[in-house]
Amino acid sequence: MFFQSNINRNKYFLQNIIFLFFFIFPNISFAAGDAISYPKNDWSFSGIMGTYDRASQQRGLQVYQEVCSGCHGLRLVAYRNLKALGYNDEEVKAFAAEKSVQDINEDGETIERPARSSDKFVSPYPNDLAARAGNGGAYPPDLSLIVKSRSGGADYLHALLTGYKDAPSNKNVPDGMYFNSYYQGNLIGMPQPLYEDGVTYADGTKATPAQMAKDVATFLAWASEPELEDRKRIGISVICFLLVLTILSYFAMRQIWAPIKSRAKKTS
Amino acid sequence: MSKPKFKNPVVKWIDYRLPIFTFMDHELNHYPTPKNLNYFWNFGSLAGIALVTMIITGIVLSMNYTPHVDYAFDSVERIMRDVNHGWLIRYIHMNGASFFFIVVFIHIFRGLYYGSYKAPRELLWILGVLILLLMMATAFMGYVLPWGQMSFWGATVITNLFSAIPVVGESIVTWLWGGFSVDNSTLNRFFSLHFVLPFVIVGVVILHLVALHRFGSNNPIGIDVKGTQDTLPFHPYYTIKDLFGLGIFLTLFAAAVFFFPNFMGHPDNYIEANPMVTPAHIVPEWYFLPFYAILRAIPDKLGGVLFMFGSIAVLFILPWLDRSPVRSSQFRPIFKIFFWVLVLDCFLLGYLGAMPAEGIYVILSRIATAYYFFHFLILFPLLPYIEKTKPLPISISQPVLSGSYTAASSAAREKK
Amino acid sequence: MSTKSDLKSEQDEGKRDFLIVSTYALAGVGAAAFVWPLIDQMNPAADTLALASTEIDLSSLEEGQAITVKWRGKPVFVRHRTADEIKQAQEVSLEGMRDPQTDSERVTKEKYIVLVGVCTHLGCVPLGQKSGDVKGQYGGWFCPCHGSHYDHSGRIRKGPAPTNLEVPSYKFLSDTVIKIG
Repeated sequence: MFFQSNINRNKYFLQNIIFLFFFIFPNISFAAGDAISYPKNDWSFSGIMGTYDRASQQRGLQVYQEVCSGCHGLRLVAYRNLKALGYNDEEVKAFAAEKSVQDINEDGETIERPARSSDKFVSPYPNDLAARAGNGGAYPPDLSLIVKSRSGGADYLHALLTGYKDAPSNKNVPDGMYFNSYYQGNLIGMPQPLYEDGVTYADGTKATPAQMAKDVATFLAWASEPELEDRKRIGISVICFLLVLTILSYFAMRQIWAPIKSRAKKTS
Repeated sequence: MSKPKFKNPVVKWIDYRLPIFTFMDHELNHYPTPKNLNYFWNFGSLAGIALVTMIITGIVLSMNYTPHVDYAFDSVERIMRDVNHGWLIRYIHMNGASFFFIVVFIHIFRGLYYGSYKAPRELLWILGVLILLLMMATAFMGYVLPWGQMSFWGATVITNLFSAIPVVGESIVTWLWGGFSVDNSTLNRFFSLHFVLPFVIVGVVILHLVALHRFGSNNPIGIDVKGTQDTLPFHPYYTIKDLFGLGIFLTLFAAAVFFFPNFMGHPDNYIEANPMVTPAHIVPEWYFLPFYAILRAIPDKLGGVLFMFGSIAVLFILPWLDRSPVRSSQFRPIFKIFFWVLVLDCFLLGYLGAMPAEGIYVILSRIATAYYFFHFLILFPLLPYIEKTKPLPISISQPVLSGSYTAASSAAREKK
Repeated sequence: MSTKSDLKSEQDEGKRDFLIVSTYALAGVGAAAFVWPLIDQMNPAADTLALASTEIDLSSLEEGQAITVKWRGKPVFVRHRTADEIKQAQEVSLEGMRDPQTDSERVTKEKYIVLVGVCTHLGCVPLGQKSGDVKGQYGGWFCPCHGSHYDHSGRIRKGPAPTNLEVPSYKFLSDTVIKIG
């Protein structure tokens, strides 16, 4: 019947529209973004079931702590959040207590006190201007959202951290700038941060620059999207539920419409 | 239609004094709906559900959001990190905007394809275009609230459009900003308007429904309903069909929310707004891209703004531009081809809106813009003089007209 | 040709069908599940909960002194009691008390009494923390709003308050550090 034929035809319409939407639009945004492409890594947290590799996260925290935190803040992450990395309350408390934060005492005087687990990561500079001034005018961005706020995400970060090369002879690298093959314009204000055995991992993992880059990118991916594991876990059950509901409602619809369809068939 | 009999005495008592149950029974239960509606008629109810979802999640978000330049970005991140299920609610709201537009765009193109804007449904259509306009304003102001780089620079660019108006342009922009740049006053008023406009949309949606129920839905063959044999009560036939459509919609929506929540966003919006640094590529949200392409296609500032608003203005007068008495494209072979050209043209404009305004893209934008206006302003009025339409069936129930070809009869033949 | 009435009767048969009923029921369950996040977001957020417990160092609190700390938006009284005060609190007869409780039920270490500083009558903050404050007839705390008198153990002894001052949940992390909440 004509009703049914419309269904079939429209199914393809819908499919086409969905296809257009999901496959053409990303290409647009990529084309509009940057021309540089970054080597793809195999991340523990990618894919529908992906979760953060705890050991890598913990090593990444160590790299952040020992290498990055001198210049880069992590102001949106609280020490208590580190429990998600597999640390217990005591460890988090001890970790926080090594830092000191400014506070005001009962008499209104500014004091320094050890950080508590409810405090956010202490930033290395009191404000953006000081951060810029302390780094020869180049602003070291806060890393709380670095993976989410760069196209390419963790792959970009990994590429950037391992992308320091000797500049080609025709490229003039001014003082205080460094050549990086993955940075926009190739000139970056940050000196190469990761060197062989730059940190000593507690778990005995060999600290190659690639390994450290991978670990710190995993840690910072978590800092950007701490909800990722919950999101995917809930997402799977929600989608299963919706599929069951959709299938049930399809058969319920068939059943309800059956008399109309058969009558229409008779009249034609 | 006979008066419904309510068994429940409380319902009966209330209904006698305040006939809301009779009203609901007429409009939602017995409401006669053409029996040949296809799945493209699902998008109206989907749009309604999307609107309700946006309002509910929006109210909840506003309980945790702070509209101040110093706190807006951090309060959104607090929603993402600390508020219970905050990330879920925010991602639903964020992706919900995109899905709302997808649904509404399909709804609009369905109206275009099946001639749903024609008499006696002109006001129904105009109210719909008004809803689109309100949605665009709401979405634009909502995008400013997270106070990221794209929020800030999007707001700056779009509000600056008004400076193209001769003489008073600059004053209007200053008035919109409440200052000399996009700043705290701007954020505050945008928050206020973003909160209230959805309720204005609800009001227009109610008018849209009143207008719809005056003559009932159009249908794929576009001829009027001749009697009860052509219709079905809305419940249960279309409630269940809408539920099935909703199931598919929500599955796709959930896939985006849970697995690609930032797919339709821009990474730069996770950098806090900085009035001193403009991002390399300012791109509006995808649903504004076709309009953005039209804006940039015109080499004159005021001209660009006029054409951009004109692209929506032509939709308002559409019922009077199309003079053909035949509604559905099924019986208009030439119109149908041009319909698909228009769809492609809009996709092309969307693509061009995301491209840098240089070289071939500028030329293509101009061609696509020219086609857009040609389609509505020239093709629509002239086509009825050229086009030979196919014969229309007698009624929805009897689609076969002896000797004539219709999509319906061919399908019926295939079946046999 | 069908008529409206037989369409309706078929529809009624359909309504009773298990498949259709369960479809609508499942949709209802889904809608109800969606409501939960919307309600739960109004519960205290993670950053609020992180501040729900406070650690206090009592090492500098001399005998006879008291301090007030803010905990969950309310004052918490900690008093380092003198031997005499402890003796009074322990030896008083429970007979005739409105809310009889022994002193040992109300303290972890008898030196320190920890109380939520909110009068159980109508929520005023009682006096008695500062040395110059009116402490009431029983030497503990006195609520100026409606005249409730509390003793050294924070028990209600006279006045309109129905129960003793609340003891928050707390524990000693070391000899002189307590964690409230």
